[in-house]
Amino acid sequence: MSGAAAEIVFDRVTKRYPGRAEAAVSDLSLTVPAGEICCLVGPSGAGKTTAMKLVNRLIDFEEGDITIGGESVRSLDLTELRRGIGYVIQQVGLFPHMTVAENISTVPRLRGWEKGRTRLRVDELLDLVDLPAEDYRARFPSQLSGGERQRVGLARALAADPPAMLMDEPFGALDPITRARLQHELLRIQGAVRKTIIFVTHDIDEAILLADRIAILREGGVLAQYDTPARILEHPADDFVERFIGSDRGIKLLSLRRLDELELAPLDGAIDLRASGDTTMRDALSQMITHGSRSLVVVDSEGQPRGVVTLDALAALAE
Amino acid sequence: MSGGLLLAQGEPIIPDFGEGSDCVVENRFFCPDWVRDNWAGVIQPALLQHVKLVVIAVAIGFVLSFAAALVAHRYRLVEAPFTAFSAVVYTIPSLALFQLLVPVTGLTVTTVEIALVGYTLLILFRNTLEGLRSVPPDVLEAARGMGYTRGQTLWRVELPLAVPAMFAGLRVAVVSTIALATVAALVIPYGLGYPIFLALREAFKTEIVVAGGLAVLMALVADALLVAAQRALTPWASARRLA
Ligand SMILES: Nc1ncnc2c1ncn2[C@@H]1O[C@H](COP(=O)(O)OP(=O)(O)OP(=O)(O)O)[C@@H](O)[C@H]1O
Ligand SMILES: [Mg+2]
Repeated sequence: MSGAAAEIVFDRVTKRYPGRAEAAVSDLSLTVPAGEICCLVGPSGAGKTTAMKLVNRLIDFEEGDITIGGESVRSLDLTELRRGIGYVIQQVGLFPHMTVAENISTVPRLRGWEKGRTRLRVDELLDLVDLPAEDYRARFPSQLSGGERQRVGLARALAADPPAMLMDEPFGALDPITRARLQHELLRIQGAVRKTIIFVTHDIDEAILLADRIAILREGGVLAQYDTPARILEHPADDFVERFIGSDRGIKLLSLRRLDELELAPLDGAIDLRASGDTTMRDALSQMITHGSRSLVVVDSEGQPRGVVTLDALAALAE
Repeated sequence: MSGGLLLAQGEPIIPDFGEGSDCVVENRFFCPDWVRDNWAGVIQPALLQHVKLVVIAVAIGFVLSFAAALVAHRYRLVEAPFTAFSAVVYTIPSLALFQLLVPVTGLTVTTVEIALVGYTLLILFRNTLEGLRSVPPDVLEAARGMGYTRGQTLWRVELPLAVPAMFAGLRVAVVSTIALATVAALVIPYGLGYPIFLALREAFKTEIVVAGGLAVLMALVADALLVAAQRALTPWASARRLA
């Protein structure tokens, strides 16, 4: 398994830990289309990590089946299966005794790539995660910051070009600024590599930002809703989902939309506030409130005014 | 065979330092001329024998403890019995242990080596096992998640990360074996202990100072070599954050 993204399908999967009455994952069915990011969210103990680890069989299961690119994970050799799936965890788990380059080349070496090819790949990946290769290649993990470690972890998971990736709260331990930067970096990288990614988080905002689809799990690993971020925010399936996404779902919805989508009002008079067309409506609203203004000028890439967005126009979207 | 330990034969002897320099005749603290005259005949052979005793004992002790630690790492059940065994051996006084071994292996180097090996087991076994177990859980999880087999995890992750703990054990084992190996002279005229015993009987200071001093020096040099070897083998352990 490597190269093109593969569809991941959960088909009526149930996982019970021995000696526990309640199932950790209950009758879970969902399809992650090839090349999409699926965020698994839900409260602590809802079975997100368990569901994710069933895919590379770090946790074994008996009921139901999971397929990757049409092949059952149970039909594949265990080590081959795992080498074909990128794996990123919150604590990163870099090998302390290996340099950055050696860490990243773990799976290529396991697969017997020749040295030259591996070295080129390492440099390519360091470049992709925005760490200058000359500077970082020979460092040990103890010589990296938390954010840099997570970048290396991401590069390591991508090394053998796996069709699928599993990520368990990869940015959970980082400060908000580093987290936001890495989230956007992940989106940029995903734009380039198009993997099928299962991304576990309990941060609904992170899920809204990253996911093509969000799977919301409730206690006992029951799937409460599986849909695109916009549809979940617009039409929460039940009270649980509504409570989980929070009372500010109107604002969250605005974070999914950009000023470009709006019909702009003509320019009138002097307005100090300016924003580019790719600004999210949430950020635009925030700017207006911060500056006590009821409108904002949208400018194009040259900085030329294109039109005006008003508070009323944003409020009217909710209809 | 009766226990013909050297000390047992020791009759009180009237000091007789024979012909020699004033220094030797007066039994001063340290006589360089005596060392020069006896280096090739007495001191150097004893030193080499001592090195050999220690190297063989630690090498065999290491191989045994290493194997036992690998087994105990895989099968926890093995840990307690091996720890108990090596701890019991460790607590037997060397004199008593020689007395136990001499009837079996005689007044030989083998007897000495068996005892010395026995004393290294506890520290080497415990340290290797602790080292293997010190690998952070997230590192093991990552290894598993990336498709390392159990054997690959052991050889490529757990063992390399156990090296600092193993070296810590080796340093203690080597230094204590160097000290302990002087009692080999209780069994056979071998190692740095032998000139010390001879000199003790005659209260001849220079020989005691030279042989004892060489043992201390040997411990210091061996320790320094081990530290250097560990630095070379585990550059990651000494790597600190760059500015
Ligand atoms: N190895 C295990 N043995 C028994 N029960 C387990 C095991 N691992 C997890 N569980 C239980 O299964 C349930 C789901 O755990 P899981 O780790 O998948 O939750 P999670 O959604 O990832 O939570 P969190 O957000 O806290 O990481 C919990 O009730 C947990 O106690
Ligand atoms: Mg979890």
